[in-house]
Amino acid sequence: MINLKGLTFNPKIWGPVLSLVAIIVIMGIIDPGFVKIEFKDGRFYGSLIDVLVRATPTAIVALGMAVVIGTKGIDLSVGSVVAICGAVAAMLITATDLSFFSVMVLSLAAGGVIGLMNGIMVSYVGIQPIIATLILMVSGRGIAQLITGGRSVSFDSIPMDIIGSGMFLAIPVRIWIAAGLLLLTVLVMRKTAIGMFIESVGANARASRYVGIEARLLKVFAYIFSGVCAALAGVILIADVGIAEINRLGLWLELDAILAVVLAGGSLNGGRIYLGLTIIGALIIQTLTTIIFSSGVPVEYNLIVKASIILLVLLAQSSTTQNAFRELNLKRKGARS
Amino acid sequence: MNMNVATAVDEARPLLSIENISKGFAGVRALDDVSFSIRKGEIHALLGENGAGKSTFIKVLTGVYSRDSGQILFDGEPFHANNSGHAQSLGVSTVYQEVNLIPTMTVTENLTLLNQPKRFGLISPRKAAQRAREMLARVGLDIDPSTQLDHLSIAVQQLIAIARALGTQAKLLILDEPTASLDATEVRRLFDLMSELKAQGISIIFVTHFLDQVYSISDRITVLRNGRYVGTYDTPALPQSELIHAMVGKSLDEFSSATARDNSKQRSPILEIRQYGKERYLEPVDLKLAQGEIVGLAGMLGSGRTELCNLIFGVDGIDSGDMTLDGSTESIRSPKHAMDVGMAYCPEDRKLDGIVAELSVRENMILALQAKRGWLKPIPMAEQKAMVEDMIERLSIKTPNMNKAIGELSGGNQQKVILARWLLTNPKLLLLDEPTRGIDVGAHHDIIKIMNELCEQGMSLLVASSELEELVVFAHRVAIMKDRRKVTELNGSDISQQSIVAAIAQ
Repeated sequence: MINLKGLTFNPKIWGPVLSLVAIIVIMGIIDPGFVKIEFKDGRFYGSLIDVLVRATPTAIVALGMAVVIGTKGIDLSVGSVVAICGAVAAMLITATDLSFFSVMVLSLAAGGVIGLMNGIMVSYVGIQPIIATLILMVSGRGIAQLITGGRSVSFDSIPMDIIGSGMFLAIPVRIWIAAGLLLLTVLVMRKTAIGMFIESVGANARASRYVGIEARLLKVFAYIFSGVCAALAGVILIADVGIAEINRLGLWLELDAILAVVLAGGSLNGGRIYLGLTIIGALIIQTLTTIIFSSGVPVEYNLIVKASIILLVLLAQSSTTQNAFRELNLKRKGARS
Repeated sequence: MNMNVATAVDEARPLLSIENISKGFAGVRALDDVSFSIRKGEIHALLGENGAGKSTFIKVLTGVYSRDSGQILFDGEPFHANNSGHAQSLGVSTVYQEVNLIPTMTVTENLTLLNQPKRFGLISPRKAAQRAREMLARVGLDIDPSTQLDHLSIAVQQLIAIARALGTQAKLLILDEPTASLDATEVRRLFDLMSELKAQGISIIFVTHFLDQVYSISDRITVLRNGRYVGTYDTPALPQSELIHAMVGKSLDEFSSATARDNSKQRSPILEIRQYGKERYLEPVDLKLAQGEIVGLAGMLGSGRTELCNLIFGVDGIDSGDMTLDGSTESIRSPKHAMDVGMAYCPEDRKLDGIVAELSVRENMILALQAKRGWLKPIPMAEQKAMVEDMIERLSIKTPNMNKAIGELSGGNQQKVILARWLLTNPKLLLLDEPTRGIDVGAHHDIIKIMNELCEQGMSLLVASSELEELVVFAHRVAIMKDRRKVTELNGSDISQQSIVAAIAQ
């Protein structure tokens, strides 16, 4: 069903992919070890595998963010939702006898409920998305602290270990989870009409009303989805380390998620969203993070270097830059003639 | 056709001459070997159907698009604008159809935005106001420049946009559909200004759909069709029938096939509204519509035409009256509800309420049908494609393919896509608000033809239109609106432009 013809001609689609490839190729030239992948003891090793593993939480949160941004909204609360749902999962595991399945359902449901609240505030109360979700972004971490009683909760759970670092068919379980979520999201968005409705509402809410699209319910759906995605990311993050460290859990994750959507060519003005490319966006961010950590650059420079490279990628993708280059070429030609 | 250009050059050295420019987009030639010239102090109308290449022409001239080939001479020098701002600094200014001003700023701020008068490095409000007043004086406006822009009428905003475009050094002014949202008095005012600018030696390229206006103001006419140059003519020497012929490449007979409506047929009623109204919006209206009938809604701007359509379709809620649709009583609560009971509505403002600009032609077309079916029952892609292809063919929509973003089509083609969107829902009753506004002669003709076909197939149409000659041609009955109420109804052979005007004037 993928339209290959469309892919070949659309620079919007190739931009992020080429950016990622360029970053990896340049790294590969500087340090061949970076692109080396080894297979031993039934699993793959290498920096690129590490990138994939570490990128999953950002990618999952970014998928939800993409859907919300499609409706012309934004969800600043996801980082805090990660913390809340991580706290809920950790407490349920340590303080109750609930089965792992119940713990999962309840943790994800917590994210869904928070998303529902965001959605109602945006859609029915009419608060601007950036404000409505800012409320929870600020208060959410406090709520998470209250849930755990202000301490870090460590736990011992085999199913959580599997989520955090287990392997299935030589590929980490969390990558399967992220891939499954991507597949599910694409199916729901493209095999039902909901994706088109979301893009339509985001691009022109008034026209959508004239054709009978119920925008408010769609928006609520988008925020619920974003909440559930954040909850899933929260579970994966605590499973990774076996401890829920509320102060740091999901901190600034909302910014990486928004960045991933934007790197994928999504517009904060709503409308077209690119789910597959959003994953690519998350991979670009994680590749940079991994490179910086492994290159021995002092940690203090991490954010600066990352921001600079992302700025370069965005500049390369922007139509303004492309026009400027075109004009420069024209002028050069003009000067010659 | 090159002879026309040659004679023009002989008469006077042109201010601007464009020679053989071409511009293509992904294989489609939007401009193909087009030449054009304008003299100093000339008003030159640029005409053509939608999709003829007028917009591309302006954008190539002002450097928004780069040209593939050809050359432009301005004042005898090669002309290479990089963007519209650069073009303006070189003496070529454009005022677009949608006024490009900032509604929440004052007139002064809008006028001096790019050129703030400074005093000790800070903006001097006194000097700015003075400069704004000077600029306003040039277009004959005497208003307080500290007024916020959106408190002024569209007509005045348009003049302000011209004032800004004139700046200090404009030699050539391009007016793109400047009269589209003006009433008759405002148009006259604009024309007075254009004549005055002409007397000052400023050249004006006037892009419009209103042929009468072309004859009352322009010196010469250049016609484009399908991206090609058709010809340049002296306005007084060109009969209107020949002009239309040049624009559409069809003979005039096809347009004058207006036949008197046969009203003798017995028809079963489809819609009846009684005392339908909303306070401070529309006074209660009674209206009946039969199957296969076209009822026109006539009236001036703001007479309540759009309001009536909005109430019937549930865009706004009524606070009085009731409705019978196809035999059953309905209380319409939302557009979705109206669709479910078999109504469809093409709203007046195509850009704001009609198209979803960045979605494709296909998506725009199936949107209403999909919304009617619900998100859980997606229309299979093969079925979508078949339906859309069929509609593109049936309504002769000009688009390179169905995946093109609808925002990139011309107005007439956008309108046809919106019409197709609603036809796919197979409505019993189709509401059309100004279906032919701002579209070219060819698409206009097509849409009238489609309306007649639909009516013959038994669909009922309620059509609000400010174009009386058009209403006379297609309507079985005309309801006259005035001051947000219905004043009277005209039937069959009583319908004529004179009778409608008389009814409105009463």
